[in-house]
Amino acid sequence: MEPDLWALGGIAVLAAVTFTLAARGAGSARTTSDFLAARRTVGVERNATAISGEYLSAASFLGVAGLVLKDGVQALWYPIGFTAGYLVLMLFVAAPLRRSGAYTLPDFVQARLDSYRLRQLATVLVVLIGWLYLVPQLQAAGLTLSTITDMPYWSGIVVVAVLVLLGVLGGMRAATLVQAFQYWVKLCAITVPAFVLCLVFLDGDSQHRRGLDEAVPPVFERDTTVRLSIDVRLQVTEPVWLRVEGGTGAGVLGDDPAPGPSSVYVSPGEYPVSAGTELRFPAGAPVPVVDDAVAENRSWLLPQDDGARGLFETYSLILATFLGTMGLPHVLVRFYTNPSGHAARRTTLFVLALLGAFYLFPTVFGLLSRFHAPQLLVTGRTDAAVLQLPGAMLGNWAGGLLGAITAAGAFAAFLATSGGLVMSVVGVLSDDVLPGRTWDVRLISLGAAAIPAALALSAMGRDIAQSVGLAFAMAASTFFPLLVLGVWWRRLTAAGAAAGLLTGGSLVLAAVVLGMFVADTQSWWATVLQQPAAITVPIAFLVTFVVSRATRHRVPPGTARVMLRMHAPDRLGFVHDRLESSGGEGGQPHARGRHHR
Amino acid sequence: MTTGRDSEATDPRVPRRKRVVLADRRGTREIPRTMMELEEQNSVGEALVSHLMKVQLRSSLLLAGIIAVALCGLPVLFWLVPAVAEATVFGVSLPWLLLGVLPFPFMVLIGYLSTRDAERHEREFLRMVEK
Repeated sequence: MEPDLWALGGIAVLAAVTFTLAARGAGSARTTSDFLAARRTVGVERNATAISGEYLSAASFLGVAGLVLKDGVQALWYPIGFTAGYLVLMLFVAAPLRRSGAYTLPDFVQARLDSYRLRQLATVLVVLIGWLYLVPQLQAAGLTLSTITDMPYWSGIVVVAVLVLLGVLGGMRAATLVQAFQYWVKLCAITVPAFVLCLVFLDGDSQHRRGLDEAVPPVFERDTTVRLSIDVRLQVTEPVWLRVEGGTGAGVLGDDPAPGPSSVYVSPGEYPVSAGTELRFPAGAPVPVVDDAVAENRSWLLPQDDGARGLFETYSLILATFLGTMGLPHVLVRFYTNPSGHAARRTTLFVLALLGAFYLFPTVFGLLSRFHAPQLLVTGRTDAAVLQLPGAMLGNWAGGLLGAITAAGAFAAFLATSGGLVMSVVGVLSDDVLPGRTWDVRLISLGAAAIPAALALSAMGRDIAQSVGLAFAMAASTFFPLLVLGVWWRRLTAAGAAAGLLTGGSLVLAAVVLGMFVADTQSWWATVLQQPAAITVPIAFLVTFVVSRATRHRVPPGTARVMLRMHAPDRLGFVHDRLESSGGEGGQPHARGRHHR
Repeated sequence: MTTGRDSEATDPRVPRRKRVVLADRRGTREIPRTMMELEEQNSVGEALVSHLMKVQLRSSLLLAGIIAVALCGLPVLFWLVPAVAEATVFGVSLPWLLLGVLPFPFMVLIGYLSTRDAERHEREFLRMVEK
């Protein structure tokens, strides 16, 4: 039980510090506009740190290492894509978007295309993407708590949902501080254990490093007992002796139908094994892996050995992540806290460096887990690699302490990202559904957090990074064409934008729904449904373009002026902010905000 | 003159508001004239903005092209030339190095170049309109 207490202690400390910061910051938020946009008084460095803190989600902190453990070098496209998304954002939309004065994507849509119906459509999509992104975060929270303690799966979801709600009620000003703090928590929580574990690894004997470029599965370093908590299909590539206890595993894995614990010889093949089964492996036994993981070390080490289907999958992922980041709801909101387009660009550059520094380390965890925590390949819960590796490598108090640090980092990831997402969903909902007063914002927050929590409770997710990938695909297939064409192409029309949003959105949604019914994960169909972006993004882009051309007589009359505002340098002073022009929501005289013009 | 400021000037709760706003614009003497010219959207102003957009887009597309070739070319390279996928550098597998470490400094570099270019174009634009 000792490691559990360590980890819970780490989480408790993190939560306590977070709330102290949030409570102190909340004192200075007075009006609705303070609440939402921090009055743009936040410096570039702090803002960049907060953006990174908000952006590094469970998918980055836990998911990347888990996928590296499972899929090997191919999984590295996730961290690349998560970072490159900001680069593309910076190249094409950061400064103009900031100057457009839009606080949310629906704001941008209305400012640029002057259509209220399109604004409503954008609102629906923002909420949809926000929830698609929130559900895996909450599922990861459930996984984390149930991994490090014996608490049930739902408890983690409820804990994070409640913490996020409390955090959101603290307001954006506090969120900037809290999220900047959480970036450093996450960076430390991944670098410190990574360095220590690397030293331990290099210090240890190198016997199991030998097999890395051979076509053999990883092996258990010592006698290991693995308890399955979900049904899995195990692929056995090398015959293995093991003992089976409980569940239906005994009948399936071995010929010996005798009840009770007994050693069985399992020959190569695929075996469905039910939850509750306990498998005991002797030291040196080859590891059977879940059916969607790469079984052999050699193909795990090498990229692109899946032929054309693998190539399609990689490019689809690249398109989704590179182009989807700019359409994520919590990303744009953060950019509004920059004082100018110029600052928006500099902030993004800073963000690129901060993200790059972080993403060097999950890979280390994934690599080391392949040697030291192969039991995760049997249980299928590879997302827990970052949490369990320290304990698996160092059984003593040091492992417990490092485990506590990574658990606290994981919680920082859930809290920061979920908080940002809930906040941005609340932002669009309070604009378009209930005209905003601070009171309403609180009520909407409750709804915005409760619905994804209910969705997360209803199902155990697949890999976190992959589920998040769908939110990216959705964003890339809807808001990417709208934003890029909206910023750079004068002839975009509301009809074209609406057609693009509807086409891209419904195609990805169809892929998500159909994907639930495809069982064979290795077929072309399953690949396309899991990574639809390579098909949906070009289609959405094309539809937006073609319909805009077809309705060219309906280009909004104010287009030239909007273009001028977006592209003219900040010094000319065209920036016309939403909060200032509307005279402050809730009818407050908005005296202090005026000076920022 | 924007509508926001008009409504505020007539707001009884905030008398003489306008003076404060004007005082806030110190140090930008040239701007109102330029703004008016550009906002009138005559052919000169329009051409200037179009030109700025064109140069900004061009340099963004150029840098995006570099990323596309350098990063997005890797999967095809690994696929077509298995020797690259199997190579090792200082005992580290080359693909892991190319995908796990190098993209991040590379992206920061591209980001830096793009900021520098965009800011230079904006300075040139300002020089042109403020002549």
